[in-house]
Amino acid sequence: MTVLVAVPDGVGTTTPAVRLAGVSKRFGSGPLVLDDVSLDVAEGEFLCLLGASGCGKSTLLNLVAGLDEPSAGSVQVAGGRAALMFQEAALLPWLTAGQNVELALRLRGIGKAERRARTAELLQLVRLRDAGDKRVHELSGGMRQRVAMARALAQEAGVLLMDEPFAALDAITRDVLHEELVRIRASQRLTVVFVTHNVREAVRLGDRVVLLSSRPGRVAKEYSVGFDQPRRIESPEVADLSVAITEDLRAEIRRHGGQS
Amino acid sequence: MTVQQHDDELASLEAGLDALESHEQALAPWWRRALTTAWPPVVAVGLLLLVWELAYRAELQPTYALPSPADVGLVLVEQLRSGTLVEAVSTSVTRGGLGFLVAVAIGTPLGLLVGRVRPVRRGIGPILSGLQSLPSIAWVPAAIIFFGLGEAAIYAVVLLGAVPSIANGMVSGIDQVPPLFLRVGRVLGARGLASARHVLMPAVLPAYLGGLRQGWAFSWRSLMAAELIVASPELGLGLGRLLDQGRLLNDMSLVFAGILGILVVGIAVELCLFAPVERRMLRRRGLLRS
Repeated sequence: MTVLVAVPDGVGTTTPAVRLAGVSKRFGSGPLVLDDVSLDVAEGEFLCLLGASGCGKSTLLNLVAGLDEPSAGSVQVAGGRAALMFQEAALLPWLTAGQNVELALRLRGIGKAERRARTAELLQLVRLRDAGDKRVHELSGGMRQRVAMARALAQEAGVLLMDEPFAALDAITRDVLHEELVRIRASQRLTVVFVTHNVREAVRLGDRVVLLSSRPGRVAKEYSVGFDQPRRIESPEVADLSVAITEDLRAEIRRHGGQS
Repeated sequence: MTVQQHDDELASLEAGLDALESHEQALAPWWRRALTTAWPPVVAVGLLLLVWELAYRAELQPTYALPSPADVGLVLVEQLRSGTLVEAVSTSVTRGGLGFLVAVAIGTPLGLLVGRVRPVRRGIGPILSGLQSLPSIAWVPAAIIFFGLGEAAIYAVVLLGAVPSIANGMVSGIDQVPPLFLRVGRVLGARGLASARHVLMPAVLPAYLGGLRQGWAFSWRSLMAAELIVASPELGLGLGRLLDQGRLLNDMSLVFAGILGILVVGIAVELCLFAPVERRMLRRRGLLRS
């Protein structure tokens, strides 16, 4: 669906990397999952989507990734394509780490020689230069997610969508991968939409945090994270903002407690 | 701390984590692996021969009904020398192999069709699973009436035995493909044929291979049943015929030699063809405990 949307005054003239305008979604005749969500993600922005269960985070990502169609409203992605990373690395076990990255290039119709070179570059970027020939089962969880990141970057899409990509990792590895993601994002000037239910993670990573309400998912509140990277998940600024956001999140959840 | 320093520190931290968390599994040399897998069956066969010999010595049965292992061995050597056994094995293996290949050619697309097209699955799926449990010897009378006493009848029985197994292997493979893989394929831009080639086919492979393996076992079994019953002078001498000859001559040693021939071919195909291919695939995917 390509709908020309008038740019509101004061937002600036550059087109956003992702624009959701009045997006609603319901599956079949089921309840409304997303209700009138309007959201712009600027070029190069790191946006974190935060919400409790049932806020439609994953549905929203699927819409942006083009895996699903909205029931109403429009979704626009600069460049037309978005890369998506899942909670599981979802590497194909019959391929090596390198071949997994290469497959993304191959499916874009890139020639063999260039594929090789680009794969090596990407593995180097995620610091897995020597792991290209390893089988998926020989890699640790953190290494798998880095291969998945290299594979997502190989898509050279305008936007990187991440669906709780670190939720299944241990805290130490997650902390390292946060730093890694911030580094890669800066060096590649990526636009990232990062879904999580971890408030601290959202504040640790995002330029902006959007809190979604649940059932149906609506934009409840936005916070801009005013302090610069590198941040640490333990730092007091991150903690302070996290406390404030957690309060709002809890208020949102309480509304579902059945005292209506 | 400068950006570069920070970056280096992160790199070394990550290298440490990777080293701590990944576990390389070293493979023992092939001869040691062969040795450790070889001795249990060798011992088992030895024990079996011993029990047989003891039973023979104790004269549990008259000698014509229970020959000694040595008697059977002599007949085996004799049959090998005269070339009869070699002829029988090569005739049967050719039939079994050819029948199997045709069964693969039919069963694979059939399985794809049943696995991927819903109305076809609803219609044919249950019939296919039902056929799998039907002993293929039940087809022999029908095949003889339909095709007469000839190769065609034998191949018909082999195909009816093997095709359902191969097709069912494909169907269950398609059912077991993790939806996540298909989603990843779509995210990476794999549609239609590209998706089938890069995602669906490799994901289906383990179950499909299991189907092939079972398909071979069924073709071999069906072949023996068919060869035993379909007797005609124009037909070459297969292992099933050899078995029946032994019965007609009341020569138990020849019957045993025939059974051994059938068994050896079955085991050889399993050990030399299916087992290594399957093991290699499972090891590459990390699905094999070493």
